[in-house]
Amino acid sequence: MLLRHTTSEVKEREGLTINPAKTCQPIGAMYAALGIHGCLPHSHGSQGCCSYHRSTLTRHYKEPVMAGTSSFTEGASVFGGQANLLQAIETIFSVYDPDIIAVHSTCLSETIGDDLQQITKKAKDDGKIPEGKYVIYASTPSFIGSHITGYANMVAGMAEQFTVSTGEKKDQVNIVAGWMEPSDMREIKRVAKELGVKIVLFPDTSDVLDAPQTGKHEFYPKGGVTIDELKSTGDSKSTLALGYVSAEPAAIALDKKCKVPFETIEMPIGLSATDRFIVALSKAGQVSVPAEITAERGRLVDVMADMEQYLYGKKVALFGDPDHLVPLTEFLLDLNMKPVHIISGTPGMKFEKRMQEILERAPYANFKNGLNADMFLLHQWIKNEPVDLLIGNTYGKYIARDEDIPFVRYGFPILDRVGHSYFPSVGYTGGLRLLEKILTALLDRQDRDALEEKFELVM
Amino acid sequence: MDTEHISLLKGREKQVYEKKQGGAEIDIACDTKSLSGSVSQRACVFCGSRVVLYPVADAIHIVHGPIGCAAYTWDIRGAVSSGPELHRLSFSTDLQEMDVIYGGEKKLYQSLIELIDQYQPNAAFIYSTCIVGLIGDDIDAVCKKVEQEKGIPVLPVHSEGFKGTKKDGYRAACSALMTLIGTGSTEGISKYSINILGEFNLAGEAWIIREYYEKMGIQVVATMTGDGRIDAIRRSHGVSLNVVQCSGSMTSLAKDMEETYGIPFIRVSYFGFEDMSKSLYDVAALFPDRPEIMEKAKEIVRDEIRKYYPEMQKFKSALTGKKAAIYVGGAFKTFSLIKALRTIGMSVVLAGSQTGNKDDYRRLKEMCDEGTVIVDDSNPVELSKFILEKEADLLIGGVKERPIAFKLGVGFCDHNHERKIPLAGFVGMYNFAKEVYESVMSPVWQFAPRKGGLL
Ligand code: SF4
Ligand code: SF4
Repeated sequence: MLLRHTTSEVKEREGLTINPAKTCQPIGAMYAALGIHGCLPHSHGSQGCCSYHRSTLTRHYKEPVMAGTSSFTEGASVFGGQANLLQAIETIFSVYDPDIIAVHSTCLSETIGDDLQQITKKAKDDGKIPEGKYVIYASTPSFIGSHITGYANMVAGMAEQFTVSTGEKKDQVNIVAGWMEPSDMREIKRVAKELGVKIVLFPDTSDVLDAPQTGKHEFYPKGGVTIDELKSTGDSKSTLALGYVSAEPAAIALDKKCKVPFETIEMPIGLSATDRFIVALSKAGQVSVPAEITAERGRLVDVMADMEQYLYGKKVALFGDPDHLVPLTEFLLDLNMKPVHIISGTPGMKFEKRMQEILERAPYANFKNGLNADMFLLHQWIKNEPVDLLIGNTYGKYIARDEDIPFVRYGFPILDRVGHSYFPSVGYTGGLRLLEKILTALLDRQDRDALEEKFELVM
Repeated sequence: MDTEHISLLKGREKQVYEKKQGGAEIDIACDTKSLSGSVSQRACVFCGSRVVLYPVADAIHIVHGPIGCAAYTWDIRGAVSSGPELHRLSFSTDLQEMDVIYGGEKKLYQSLIELIDQYQPNAAFIYSTCIVGLIGDDIDAVCKKVEQEKGIPVLPVHSEGFKGTKKDGYRAACSALMTLIGTGSTEGISKYSINILGEFNLAGEAWIIREYYEKMGIQVVATMTGDGRIDAIRRSHGVSLNVVQCSGSMTSLAKDMEETYGIPFIRVSYFGFEDMSKSLYDVAALFPDRPEIMEKAKEIVRDEIRKYYPEMQKFKSALTGKKAAIYVGGAFKTFSLIKALRTIGMSVVLAGSQTGNKDDYRRLKEMCDEGTVIVDDSNPVELSKFILEKEADLLIGGVKERPIAFKLGVGFCDHNHERKIPLAGFVGMYNFAKEVYESVMSPVWQFAPRKGGLL
């Protein structure tokens, strides 16, 4: 009983966070930057942060994760980190030869007051950025928001700093990926192809963080959105942002800079959100929905119907990131399940509003996000109202074990299982996978606990 | 870009050395900060402090700073406890923008009070992170205040990340321990007693070592910090000898204890038959008035080696001629690993560490064969380059190195935080050999394109 100290009495806490349900901005910026082809993320701060971010991404993906660091010393913390960053940019281009460096700040450089815009401009003026190469940046202080905020900031940075409009419209639609797995990005591209809509998806970590074994260590794997593609987003017909928190800021930036109209929808997790995605994309691309997609949808609905009797009324606790939680909660409601406890460490008005809308169908639900919305509180809630299923990242395993609850891993980080980077959970096919996982967890438990005479062969 | 086609990082020439006949004297530039812009595998001061103190299981460890530093160090090290497990929880003051502007002292104070009431720990460690160093919170004052109010030791750990390297973090952790030591009663501590320092009980390793010493008739008072307890640490100044593993992390504590309490120390390693035996003999030799201790040590060594020898020969015959690359945290570990690998017939073609000093590298050079590359504070490009060039069959490293080895199609053994099986002691050597054997000989490598797998 690792969490034996957790009491069921919920008390107001002043400062403390116990077992966080979030992490810090820069790791999100690093993940996003890996979704650009030939890009080396760069952490402007001390070595420690960078090392932690790389290790955590490596544990989640079981892939090498490359990133540079400004290696702050005491000097930098007094005099500012400009010299470090200028030197870093020079070193990186001459040694690691990326097409682009994506710099993000850390708590340290933010508090010192380093201005990334000014420093990168100086690097350019001083001729430290070779012809045809780029340095982009995002400000990512961890004392604001969470890893999701950092992701959103870096993706918005891509739009702001790359996009140009040539005045000539292209027959393509931008899709801004909210924080999702490489497998999900691959699936979005497949669905768009199936629909016959030409898209530019960014960022795109497929073929970067799910790279095959080749006998070589590719410093810059084959995947990622290219710089030309990114530039062309300014000429696209429209933008579809998948996620109010992690994707919309980039769409807004694109609209501001190049007048590309946008629509924000939820990440296509589960049936209803995928329906909205398909409708939005077919509208944006002016195509009709092909039979194959309709069939995919039909298969998901079919399984939802087939297994309906095992799902209804089952209570679920879930935790994680905003753009996942909203459609996931909706999916659970569509499955006739009961999302009773929902926790996210990420703050955000839009998120709260959307969640409240969805939860109109579930007035009984506990929902808290932002400060002090941590795993400790979730555990307390569960003690007060037990659940049949827990959904969330790896850190849920402590609660799942102590309270003996079936557990489906979903979100970031997943440090103890594989699959998330290979099998999508977006779209109808992804919905089917999620449903399968939920059912397997529930039915395995039912089998384990069944009395011998009630132990069923056919379910 | 292919890693094969990358030249050495400019400015790194001095941190890489290849042992050649008649080659220049070794003069590796170590103990330097990593170059800005390098993809360094190194971590920070906080990381050093955190790994050293983390296994103290009946204390709470609260990270004063923004959420990340705490989130990334939440239960990532398999330092096992036989009792309380407070160390496996993550506590953070989760500093927000307002705190950064107005200071986080109040929040820290409040958090500490709440935590101590809730968890009833025997002590609290407060780690300051980079940002705390900048905003200038007086954590010493907060700690003092809480200590008085709650009546348990509340220890500040000055581990601001930018104030040096991991080594400075070890030092900060040691000085926190030093304030604890000497505050407990030494009653009941025999003359034949030791502390085990620098053993963190990953996968239960400290238990194995402790058992050997206890079998020899030696009382082990405190292990620092594996399966650590506050009370044991407080009375640990009552021992006759400190036995220190791993040159980096706890030598400074041993030195302080020698100075303050006159306790001598010896340095040992528990990896490999050779070093493990030596660490039993060396301790026994310091208790000459009880010859039974040495006799018992010899008996343990004899029995243990007899137990594992036949299996080891099997591994050896399969592994003879295979080559290994080593890239680990401390240099001391590298020495043991080179010897351990030789026992199973493997040679070392690349040896490196994140934190070695000049003496370490000189000694490394002496130990290594011709053609071995020695590196300080390496990066993935360099590692990949040398692994391919030197045709290594195995990489020994930590979490960030593992996927690189697998992408290159060579075996891997984690000799860092994430080891899942004990590698210390005699049984640990057997485990190590088995792990190396299974990884190097795994059928999966034959499918790797570089090794001729079909496409
Ligand atoms: S919270 Fe800030 S200081 Fe800590 S790891 Fe994240 S960026 Fe670094
Ligand atoms: S902020 Fe400082 S203390 Fe925290 S991880 Fe980064 S370098 Fe280490």
